[in-house]
Parts: sequence; structure tokens; C-alpha cells
Amino acid sequence: MDLQILTYTVVGITFALYIGIAFWARAHSTSEFYAAGRGIHPIANGMATAADWMSAASFISMAGLIAFNGYGASVFLMGWTGGYVLLALLLAPYLRKFGKFTVPEFIGDRYYSKWARFVAVVCLILASITYVIGQMKGIGVAFSRFLETSYDTGLYIGMGIVFIYSVLGGMKGITYTQIAQYVVLIFAYTVPAVFISMHLTGNPVPQLGLLDTMTGSSVPMLDKLDQVVTDLGFKQYTTQVMGNTLNMFVYTLTLMIGTAGLPHVIIRFFTVPKVKDARSSAGWALVFIAILYTTAPAVGSMARLNLMNTIQVGAVGSPDGNLAYADRPQWFKNWEATGLLKYEDKNGDGRIQYYDDKNKAFAAKAESFGWKGNEMVKVDRDIMVLANPEIAKLPDWVIALVVAGGLAAALSTAAGLLLAIASSISHDLVKGMINPNISEKAELLTSRVTMTGAILAAGYLGLHPPDFAAGTVALAFGLAAASIFPALMMGIFNKRMNRAGAIWGMIAGIGITLLYVFQHKGIMFVPGTAFLGDMKPNWFLGISPNAFGAVGALVNFSVAILVSRMTTPPPEHIQHLVEDIRVPAGAGGATSH
Amino acid sequence: MDTQAKQYWRANLRLVAVLLTIWFICSYLFGILLVDQLNTIKVGGAGLGFWFAQQGSIYTFLVLIFIYVIRMNALDKKFGVHED
Repeated sequence: MDLQILTYTVVGITFALYIGIAFWARAHSTSEFYAAGRGIHPIANGMATAADWMSAASFISMAGLIAFNGYGASVFLMGWTGGYVLLALLLAPYLRKFGKFTVPEFIGDRYYSKWARFVAVVCLILASITYVIGQMKGIGVAFSRFLETSYDTGLYIGMGIVFIYSVLGGMKGITYTQIAQYVVLIFAYTVPAVFISMHLTGNPVPQLGLLDTMTGSSVPMLDKLDQVVTDLGFKQYTTQVMGNTLNMFVYTLTLMIGTAGLPHVIIRFFTVPKVKDARSSAGWALVFIAILYTTAPAVGSMARLNLMNTIQVGAVGSPDGNLAYADRPQWFKNWEATGLLKYEDKNGDGRIQYYDDKNKAFAAKAESFGWKGNEMVKVDRDIMVLANPEIAKLPDWVIALVVAGGLAAALSTAAGLLLAIASSISHDLVKGMINPNISEKAELLTSRVTMTGAILAAGYLGLHPPDFAAGTVALAFGLAAASIFPALMMGIFNKRMNRAGAIWGMIAGIGITLLYVFQHKGIMFVPGTAFLGDMKPNWFLGISPNAFGAVGALVNFSVAILVSRMTTPPPEHIQHLVEDIRVPAGAGGATSH
Repeated sequence: MDTQAKQYWRANLRLVAVLLTIWFICSYLFGILLVDQLNTIKVGGAGLGFWFAQQGSIYTFLVLIFIYVIRMNALDKKFGVHED
């Protein structure tokens, strides 16, 4: 069977599975729609959370980030897993005890203020929308590269699938499809990793292959990689840093706090029956996430080694040391066609020179070889995971599986985000502020309508990505870290925290984060409006705009505590509310009515 | 808050403080601040600092959450605040 038909078959089977689950798990009440009736087993919820969390970025982009940033990419590995410790220890059990349906609802009740709830809704929608655009783009790209449809068609198909199971089933349908999607994506991620690790190191476990020696030699794989990249002037893989040490520290902290504050992850913990299930469920989520995240460093380093070895086939500087362009492998041609890989024969020798021409010392040496600059003018890091099976010459069914896995990762995260947006509009805005007397049936209908609207809006933004789409990941994590996480944590751990403190804290946290991002990246990311250029010398202590959320969180905490000391303490019943959520006893089912 | 509830909350905070200290050490300290010093020690083909940054910290996070689950369930029982 040729690759095209095989890919259609595998993707078709997984899609049929998701739709089947959607009909089986329809939602009949708001409790089912918002929180899956709070009947999800903690292990099952852990698996669904893992799929919810691991997006197209984790599946497709992360290994590429690791491949080209080496040690520096550790900020993503630690940042996107360490947040689960904060979630399990500081937020999840208490928010489950509180027993409501949305994150803004907690903030509104705890700070006895519709305004606080409204600010939280705005933060939630901003963080989630920016995130969902990325998923939509991932779906479109996967379809256009592997199924040879247009980008637009791919996007419409993706929207259709998400529509069926999220509008019918709400959180209940999303949960069960996410479990299926997790199985697909983790299988698709680990199978090629096992093959490649076996091939390079003889060790079938990628986590151990990373530490192992090259097949048939006593040189460790990572030493070999360090040597191969430094021989061509690139930075040493195992020691290259991202910015400087302070930037890595703050960036990791931002990603951790941001992870713990992302609403689509938090609401997953409302679906388990008990407080103690919320605790263990966070642990299970991290188990399922760690399977992918501990595999990724092996995939990244081995993909880099394979890529370098494909192009630099002999000794550096020897006349036939570089691959002749005419002999390039099929995968190279495929990716050239997409524009994500570009070659330019600068010295006209018909061979490919791939080296770091910005490294002055090495560029001088390269000139003596007759090289006239790096000829791999574009190597998009997102292609690493998708091209990996082809580079390693794995069978076609593995490639088909990777496509289905990438789609599962993007679809599951998109659905989770869309539910967070829809429930926040129907429950927090419509029921909470506009029409508190709305009947359950009408609210259920409203949530289905807003879900449909959210899908259409996300699809529109996927088709016409706004200028700010490129800088959005920084905003999503920055906003979650600087606004939502501190408000939630202080709501639980600081009984003295009051309405004025929380609101001013959130506004200050968001304000300084946006100011920093905009001053370097442009107002709303419009090019030319940045009043301070986006370059290292202009960064505050060398902290990149993407890493700034932790500073925003610090400002939020400080302002909130200061303001709350100077204003009246929260009323008696709020202090009782805090005391109540601090103990597990008495957490019933849904208590929103 | 009665004293029983206060003691429960204090025990909870103590546990969280200990676990978050380890959380900080295995990631920020071993993985970032002390990475060069630790890289002189090897685990297989990788430096220990590099290993903590890309593997070890994640394993430690997992252990921390499950210790928290076990210890909190025990605390809930001891202070009689467990569910059902």
C-alpha cells in the first residue's frame, strides 16, 4: 500500500473512533457538559489531562526545539512538567473541594466580586484563544503535508471533528475522546523513538539510549553529537544555554507557574469524584506526560545526529565530505516542496555545506575549504518529529502513525481549550452576570451554542492568523502566570487576601507583562510599534519577553499583599469559605445550584 | 478555626514546604544553577547536571506528587477530615 492510502486509512480509523465515542458519551446535563458529571476515575482523568495538555507544540515542536537548542531546551522539559507539582500541591485539591464548574467562578466567589470574575474571564479567553490558534494551524499543516489536501480543507475537517464530539458531549465527550487520543499520540511518539534508539545505540529504551554509547563503539551518543556539531562550528549540544542562566531560571519558572494557571488544565480536575482523586489524578497526569517528555530528549538529540550525518557524510573539509545535492534522499525533496527546508548552492560545487557561518572562527576555516556560507538556508525545527521516521528510514506505517498522533495531539488540546472558553462564556458571563435565573436546560443549550461559536471563531483565526499569532505562546503562559495562578493560590493560602488586593494584583501582573512583551515585540505584535527593539541588550537583565511571566507573577503577589494590608479584610463568610476548602471532608457532587 | 483544623493545616503546609524545597533543588539548583559543577560527574554518557535538567527532574516531580498523595491521605485520616 502506498504511503498516501496508508495515512488516509490510519487517520480515518482514529477519526471514526473519536466520532463513535462522541455518540456514546453525549451530555444530558450542565454537570455532564461542564464537568463530565464528576464521575471520571483519577487514572482516566490523568490520561485525558495528558492529552489535553500535550498539544501540537509538545508533539511536533518540542523535539525540534531540543534538537537545535540542546541543553538550553531544558527550560521546556522542566517548565512544562514541574508545573504539575504546583498544581497538585497548591491548587487542584482545593479547587475540586470548592466544587464549581469554572476557574473565574472560584475567583468571583472567593473575592466576592463580579469584577474579579470578569477580569478572570478576560484573562482566560485571551490565554485560551491565543493557544487554540496554534492547534488549528497544526491541524492544517499536518493535513496539507501528508494528506495532500489544501491547508483550508484540513482545517475544516479538523473543525468538523471537534464540533461533533465537543458540542454533543461537552466535557464528558471530550474526556473519553482525549483518552483515546492519548493512546494514539503516545504510541505514535514512542514507536519511532524506540526504532531510532535501537538503531543508533542498540538500546530499545530511548531514555536509556540517550545515555548509551553508539552501536559498535565505546563513544557515548551525546559525546559523538557534541563532536559532530562543534566540528561544524555549532555550539556544543550538551552545554549551550538559552540566553543566560538567569533567563533560563526565570523562563522555567514562568512555564511552571503558567502551566499550573492554565484554565483548560485546571478544569480537568473538576471531573473527578473526590478531593483525594484530584491529588492523585495530577500525579497520574504527570506519569502519562512524562512518558513523552522523557522520550523527547532522546528524539531531539538523535534526530540532530541523524540530520548532521546525512549531510556531512565524510571528514569536514575533505572534497567529498559533503552530500552531493543530486544524491539527496527522498524526505529531503518532500520537505523542500513544503518550503520548510531550503538549500542554496552558494559556492556552486553541487554539494551541501551545513555549518554555523555566524561563528567567526569557524567561518574563516570554512573559507579555506572553499565554502561560501551555510547552504541549508532554512531548516524549520518543526519538521524534526515529522521527518524523523523518514530520515531514519522507518516503514511507512510508522509515518502514517506519526501523522495520526500529531492530529490527536492538536485535536485533544483544541477541544479542551474550546470547552474552557465556552463554559466561561455560558456559565460565567451568561449565567453569572447577565441572566442568573436561566434554567438548566437553557444553560445547556447556551453552552452548546457558545461552543459552536468558539469553534467557528478558532477556525476563522486559523484561516486568517492575526499579526500577533506568532508571539502568542508568550502571551498565553505569561498571562496565566501573571494573573490566574497568583489569584488562585492566594485565594486558598492567604485568608486575609481581599477583593481590592486580588483585582489590583491581577491588573498589575497583567499590565507589567503586557508592557514588557509589547515594548519588545510591538503593540499587539504589530511590527514597527515596539518602542524598545527586540534584542538582547535591551532586555531587562537579559530576560527574554517569553520568560517574563514569572516577574509579572511576582509583581502580582507583591501588589496584592500590599493593597490587601491597607484595605478592609474579607467578610466573615469568605473566611469560612476558605476554611472549608482547606479540608477535604464534605466535598459532594456538583454544588452549583 | 478550631485547634484541630489549625494543626491539620500546619502539617499540610510543612509537608508542602518540604516537597517544594526538593522540587526547587532537583530542577533550579541541579538543572540550572549548579549544572556545570554537576556535569563533571557522569551518568552513562551524560553529565549529571544535563541529566537532571532533561530527565532526573521529571522523575523527581513524579515521586514528589505521589509522596504528597500518600502523606495527605494519611493526614486526612489522622485528623478525621477525610471524605465519606
